[in-house]
Amino acid sequence: MSFLTNYFSTIYTSVRSLLKGMWKTGYYFTHHKEIITQNYPENRDSLNLPERFRGEVVMTHNEENEHRCTGCTACELACPNGTIKIVTKFDITPEGKKKKALDTFVYHLELCTMCNLCVEACPTGAIKMDQAFEHSVYDRRLLTKKLNRPDSKLMEGVE
Amino acid sequence: MLSIAEIANSLQQWLMATFSPGWATLIEFVLVGTLVLSFFAFLGLVLVFMERKVSAYMQLRVGPNRVGFRGTAQTLADTIKLVVKEGLTPDGADKFLFNFAPFLVLITSMLLMAPIAFAKDFQIWDINIGVLYISAVSSISVIGVLMAGWSSNNKYSLLGAMRSGAQIVSYELSAGLAIMSVVILVGSLSLNDIIASQQNGWWIFKGHIPVIISFVIYIIAVTAETNRAPFDLAEAESELTAGFHTEYSGMKFALFFLAEYVNIFIVCAIGATLFLGGWMPLHIGSWEGFNHIMDFIPSSVWFMGKTFFLIFVIMWFRWTFPRLRIDQLLNLEWKYLLPISLFNLLLVTFIALMGWHF
Amino acid sequence: MLEEIGTTEQGDLVINVGPQHPSTHGVLHLVITLNGETIKKVEPHLGYIHRSIEKMCESLTYRQFIYSTSRMDYLSAHMNNHACAMAVEQGLGLEIPARARVIRILMSELTRLASHQLWWGAMAMDVGAITPFFHAFREREMINDIMEETCGARLTMNYMVPGGVMFDLHPNFQVKTKDFVRFFRSKFDEYDELVTNNIIFQERMKNVGRISAEDAVSFGCSGPVARASGVSSDIRKLAPYEGYDQLNFTEALETAGDNYARYLVRMQEMRTSLSIIDQLIDNIPEGDFQAKTKAVLKLPKGEYYSRVETARGDFGVYIVSEGGTTPYRIKFRSPGFSNLSALDHIARGCKIGDLVAIMGSLDLVIPDIDR
Repeated sequence: MSFLTNYFSTIYTSVRSLLKGMWKTGYYFTHHKEIITQNYPENRDSLNLPERFRGEVVMTHNEENEHRCTGCTACELACPNGTIKIVTKFDITPEGKKKKALDTFVYHLELCTMCNLCVEACPTGAIKMDQAFEHSVYDRRLLTKKLNRPDSKLMEGVE
Repeated sequence: MLSIAEIANSLQQWLMATFSPGWATLIEFVLVGTLVLSFFAFLGLVLVFMERKVSAYMQLRVGPNRVGFRGTAQTLADTIKLVVKEGLTPDGADKFLFNFAPFLVLITSMLLMAPIAFAKDFQIWDINIGVLYISAVSSISVIGVLMAGWSSNNKYSLLGAMRSGAQIVSYELSAGLAIMSVVILVGSLSLNDIIASQQNGWWIFKGHIPVIISFVIYIIAVTAETNRAPFDLAEAESELTAGFHTEYSGMKFALFFLAEYVNIFIVCAIGATLFLGGWMPLHIGSWEGFNHIMDFIPSSVWFMGKTFFLIFVIMWFRWTFPRLRIDQLLNLEWKYLLPISLFNLLLVTFIALMGWHF
Repeated sequence: MLEEIGTTEQGDLVINVGPQHPSTHGVLHLVITLNGETIKKVEPHLGYIHRSIEKMCESLTYRQFIYSTSRMDYLSAHMNNHACAMAVEQGLGLEIPARARVIRILMSELTRLASHQLWWGAMAMDVGAITPFFHAFREREMINDIMEETCGARLTMNYMVPGGVMFDLHPNFQVKTKDFVRFFRSKFDEYDELVTNNIIFQERMKNVGRISAEDAVSFGCSGPVARASGVSSDIRKLAPYEGYDQLNFTEALETAGDNYARYLVRMQEMRTSLSIIDQLIDNIPEGDFQAKTKAVLKLPKGEYYSRVETARGDFGVYIVSEGGTTPYRIKFRSPGFSNLSALDHIARGCKIGDLVAIMGSLDLVIPDIDR
């Protein structure tokens, strides 16, 4: 007899556990407000990325097209992947002295792991992380970027 | 009221009047064949879309929503992609069997379409041993699966095919026994007689608990027979990559895919016919007004509604349950389903003898 | 390998599972010998995603090398970074501010939760239920959002730096974490209804993939795999770091040693993590989040070792320093590697379906094994 009760109680508990699971999926099938996925390219405008999100390295410029980079190569040394290459030039100051300055800030987006070490290393706060995350291009040469804008120059007072 | 049966009848009369009987029959053959084929394609499109939507909502997703109106054309786009894809035949494969297997599986499901009554008086082949015919023909599809698995020259395919063989052969027993319980109550193997006997109530209501039990067993058994999760061991994505159709691509794969969905439709249609009254509207005892209103809904709508409800239940299983292991699968059949359905058959026979059903 | 295949008996089936296979969760390659459906031997082949991280670290400075450990066990990136930062701090003799310690614990526990949630979904998917995977992602997404807000990234955070953490907590952190804890607690029953109590799932998990406590120790298993066999191996208890000894929590232990025990241990660990977060979230001390460090870090000559409890087990970092700015040699002790080594022992005599379930219950992350 105990065999039979065992047999049927096994069937009962099994069927019950299965029905409970089906109840749960049935609930989600009928309650569409629980959907968590988003229609991505359509909701581009409403995407709200936090300000700390690391998408790419950018150099900040003010309205007069001035940046804060002195070309000290601290970021280049801090980068673990060789993502940053700084080309310097020598400016002639009004006093006639030669002074090292930034010529080109080369940034290889395809090598970057967004570790934020360059931003931490920068003594003048010239570079920061931007929230742009749609980086795909058809030509990988486009991923090598020059961060300082054309004809931009060092901000007054930044050493 | 214009019904499908009337259209079919007038068409036949016109054909008979215009052509000689031989030609008329031939034209009818061609017409029916074309209709079945296009119905197949339509079913494939609808059911795949339905499956994707059902799974999406259960998984907190939206599902296909880009191609066409709310994604309805998604499966059509997929089909076009599959058609233009190259159908590879692996080097070590048995070429003839490899290319023949998908057709065998598809033809089997096509044959099963014959005795199903889609609406009142609308049937391809009114055969007096309909139930027997269905049980017999549905077993052929396992040969196609075994053929595909063996001829692919792939170990995953072979394992999948062997699993599927063991599974389909054993679950056919309880599916057959579940069908038998209705046959015993009706006393006829003809699907038309079975539907006619449910005029005053469907068997699932009239037959007391034993018929409900056989209905449940039937649903479980056909889920296994059509290789659907939680019994999809023949495919077992996480174990055997794709099981017996691992090596198939392009249209040959699509045929397997189509056959799977058509098989689901057929077993659900049979389940609806046997237990839920087929195209018979819902009638409740002596509520004349209610019964009359129900009669206004076309019989084809009733049939399709019931069938698609059962299809939904089977999809619901798939997107809720984990997969069984092969030995557990056989345990479930031989230790639980078969003894229960045998005992159940005895009960049904007793009820039928005593005339205790309504 | 050829000789070994030669020793298989006639009628045995040798199958290559992977490196491209849905259930190996990465590029793991298993050569399995089958007798029918029964497994006679499992032979893991490694190296498909070997990036020689240990060698790479020898040319990176002590600040730089930490980021690369996120790419090993990417699901417990915080904990890996944590171990590295601790090893460097040990060498420098740095005292970490109290706030940084608490932030580190909070982040580690959140990562553990995220990792276990993903494992839960993947485990269910391995035994054939696809829906729970998406449900697990719903909760994991909330953790990712919290991480994104505070750390700036979702998976490879690089938040731990020698001396503390990179940024202070985001102002929303406490509110969002509390929201998450409340929401996740309410969804825990759903996890049980969908998967744990499901009879098919239990049948698939119970009494499958048994490993005894002795074997677990001799294979070097750690984390939930060892604890499911009754081996107390929680580094948070055995060698407390960052103030875990001041917290009130119990180590999840099971004795059965089968798949289901490993499952239960992880479920229990999720509850433990929630309670740890509960204890800390309102008691984050004020102060600095980072200790003052020199611009260039130089470790004194010597050997340094630190270990943390990641979501997969005992993760150790061993640094040999010659006194320069870069390590002379680095060795990572990754939990996945030792856990994988027990696979052959566990899986013998099981069915193919069980092998997949066992791999799921070992919670293997392949980049962690290959490094």
